[in-house]
Amino acid sequence: MAYKLGIDVGGTNTDGAILDEQMNVISSFKSPTTDDIESGIKNVIEMLLDDIDFDKSEITHAMLGTTQCTNAIVTRKGLNSVGVIRTGAPAGTAVEPLYSMPDDLLSVIGENTFQVRGGHEFNGELIAELDEEKIREIAKELKGKVSSIAITSIFSPVNNEHEIRTKEIIEEIWDEEVAFSLSSEIGSIGLLERENATVLNASIIDVARKTIIGFEKALEQNGINANVYFCQNDGTLMSKEYTLKYPILTVACGPTNSLRGASFLSDFNNAIIVDIGGTTTDIGVLNNGFPRESSLSVELGGVQTNFRMPDIYSLGLGGGTIVQIKNNDFQIGPDSVGYRLPAEAKIFGGDVLTVTDIAVAKGVLDLGDRTLVEDLNTRLVDEIYEEILKMIERSIERMKTSAADVPVILVGGGSALIQGDIEGASEVVNPGNGGVANAIGSAISDISGEVEKIYNIDPGERENTLAEIKKIAINEAVEAGADKDKTEIISFEDVPLAYLPGNATRIKVKAAGPLRK
Amino acid sequence: MKTITQNDIEDIALGAALLGTGGGGDPFIGKLMALSAIEKYGDVKLINIDELKDKQKAATFCMVGAPTVGVEKLPNFESLEKAYEEYQKYYGSNIEAILPAEIGGVNSMIPFVLAAMKGIPIIDADGMGRAFPEMQMDTFSIAGIPNTPSVFADEKGNSFIIKTKDSEATEKISRALVDTMGGSLINGVYLLDKSDLNKNAVPNTISLAKKIGRIIRTSKTAVDELVNDYEMFQLFNGKITDVDRKTSGGFVRGTAKIEGIESDKNKVCTIEFQNENLICLVDNQVMCTTPDLITLIDKETANPLTTEGLKYGMRCSVIASKADNRWRTEKGIRTVGPKYFGYDYEYVPVEKLIRDRV
Repeated sequence: MAYKLGIDVGGTNTDGAILDEQMNVISSFKSPTTDDIESGIKNVIEMLLDDIDFDKSEITHAMLGTTQCTNAIVTRKGLNSVGVIRTGAPAGTAVEPLYSMPDDLLSVIGENTFQVRGGHEFNGELIAELDEEKIREIAKELKGKVSSIAITSIFSPVNNEHEIRTKEIIEEIWDEEVAFSLSSEIGSIGLLERENATVLNASIIDVARKTIIGFEKALEQNGINANVYFCQNDGTLMSKEYTLKYPILTVACGPTNSLRGASFLSDFNNAIIVDIGGTTTDIGVLNNGFPRESSLSVELGGVQTNFRMPDIYSLGLGGGTIVQIKNNDFQIGPDSVGYRLPAEAKIFGGDVLTVTDIAVAKGVLDLGDRTLVEDLNTRLVDEIYEEILKMIERSIERMKTSAADVPVILVGGGSALIQGDIEGASEVVNPGNGGVANAIGSAISDISGEVEKIYNIDPGERENTLAEIKKIAINEAVEAGADKDKTEIISFEDVPLAYLPGNATRIKVKAAGPLRK
Repeated sequence: MKTITQNDIEDIALGAALLGTGGGGDPFIGKLMALSAIEKYGDVKLINIDELKDKQKAATFCMVGAPTVGVEKLPNFESLEKAYEEYQKYYGSNIEAILPAEIGGVNSMIPFVLAAMKGIPIIDADGMGRAFPEMQMDTFSIAGIPNTPSVFADEKGNSFIIKTKDSEATEKISRALVDTMGGSLINGVYLLDKSDLNKNAVPNTISLAKKIGRIIRTSKTAVDELVNDYEMFQLFNGKITDVDRKTSGGFVRGTAKIEGIESDKNKVCTIEFQNENLICLVDNQVMCTTPDLITLIDKETANPLTTEGLKYGMRCSVIASKADNRWRTEKGIRTVGPKYFGYDYEYVPVEKLIRDRV
């Protein structure tokens, strides 16, 4: 038997789950997240191993989903000092690299920016020959000053040779280790957003390394010798080596894993997922087993990037949300007692009325001491509970893309609060293990491959060209470790480029499949 | 005369995105260029048309080419400088103020860059009151002032001036050159005095963009304010269920289908676009057509959405407003009405369409 271990390190809890070959969840636990990450992971692994009797050497794959990199960017802690090189001059110089970044971030990563002659036009022609001499000078100047280098070239998604050459030249001059982040491997067309994402990537190399080492150590201490993988924003996995190079691709894996885990637990591929926590309810949409992405470009720690994140609507409603009653009127939230629920909620002897208390008073939930909420006016309790359902129903309505009813899946620690029909739902599913959906999402992640380029498509050749591009994406996924027979295209996007003749079209294709056994 | 602050630039860019009716290029880059130029070269003054002295001349400056190229290959200050200097040299006279060719989109910002560099004022007006895709589509051309000679400059030091028989020819010839020269150029055109501007420019559009931007940025009830205070109309609320895009004749043509929510439940809205939004139908009934303005804004943030950025599942409101009266003339409708863009609808002013519907 081969087992998979999925871990999700969240801001509050570290969740873990073990799945067998048939993808049955055989054990799952939650444990508080620790500052050093490592001991929190170690604790939850110990709980899992104690719970079940099996040969731990049969854990063949270990997957980690973590928001450590996201937190580092937001809190500006543990970031690398970054050298930023853009090749593309004389074009592009009207906006310098890092120009739109917040000052407090710059004071941590430094302002070592350079613009060098080079780069390409939209059709792959040169803007200018690469100024290699200048890059040699920059390499000497940056030596010892920065620990990570971000390289962006104009139109590198069309032709990345100048980014690669720049890296080679620096490698010739530096003898010590330095991390490189190349924009063509990180983002799409849109120079400034791509450059920003590349710089952010370069700034979290050390944080990623620390997280990876922590995960490996926690596994080692528990005697687990498995292949290690890391979760990406889109619900697919990366190898350790790839994660070390592109940690920025992990920044939104938390909500993604929760959605994918819910999909897996409930067996639905198209549904609305309602993740009810202590303070908020996060609502997302599953399309063919993957999260629907947000349409707006994403700001991360005050930096504009062109990353796609799952489209999540956060409602200020959770188990700890405070309910205020005045005369015969009431207000639900948005304040919450959060993790202090076991101390402050009425049913636990506290004196704050929470959504959990209402659910107990209503009789949908059996928790704490029900006699402590017996004095509440029954009619008012009914009204409040009705309003809680309405809040969720309105949010679901916002996220739906058609008038038709869709399945609604409830997960998260607070999912037990909800009972009864939800308007707009074709059915309401409350799967088991919903509390650790994140860790399960992490354990079931797929391997992927992606292609994004501008193609000149001849009118009669569209079908053939598209088929070829899709084949490249599938090959990339298979090379990264996906099962060839089960790998398929998970997203496809083509945007014709305005004003240009020759049917120039930007095409983005991603393929994914389960891990090869 | 007013000094433009960095906050003003943020607001103008946001308002310009709304007036860009889905096209006109992403003002984000233009905004950063303007902020960067102001930081480097100093403040910019905004003046009314009437503050221009009798003998002073103004020109319009903008970026031309593919917006998709513009977001990747940003211009440099030298290309603006080159276009400006070559144009002055050609005319042998000074350009003492500038204005946007179009207030919609990225081109609302380009004049701020040049104004900061040259220390000259910006005039609170433009040549469209919105965004349009072709060079002959401005209020000067339809008033009979052809956009020739016209100067173009790239970031490498190349420039050219073309003299053409009419504005349509400028559009046709320059488009071929833009493509050869890397897909995105700086263009300067017209030499206008106070009387030309008073007669033919769309006035106060920079101030308008600023006010709209401020509402979007700060108000929680932005749509209501726009409808009540700025003569806009809320045509529809819904979720995008399909976006179909095709390239034809060098433009992105497409259709977005929006399924109604809230009071528009069970209705379907169709938006036809060609870079800009041009037609809005609700249940196959025409609600608004070009040249009146049609903008999709995010339901939550009121941020304007570009036609390139439209995606399945987005929740949006469709907002319309009246085009400048010059576009509502016979010549205006011939130049930018539904038929010019290949749609078989008669132009009817949006306020009349709405009145007749109710």
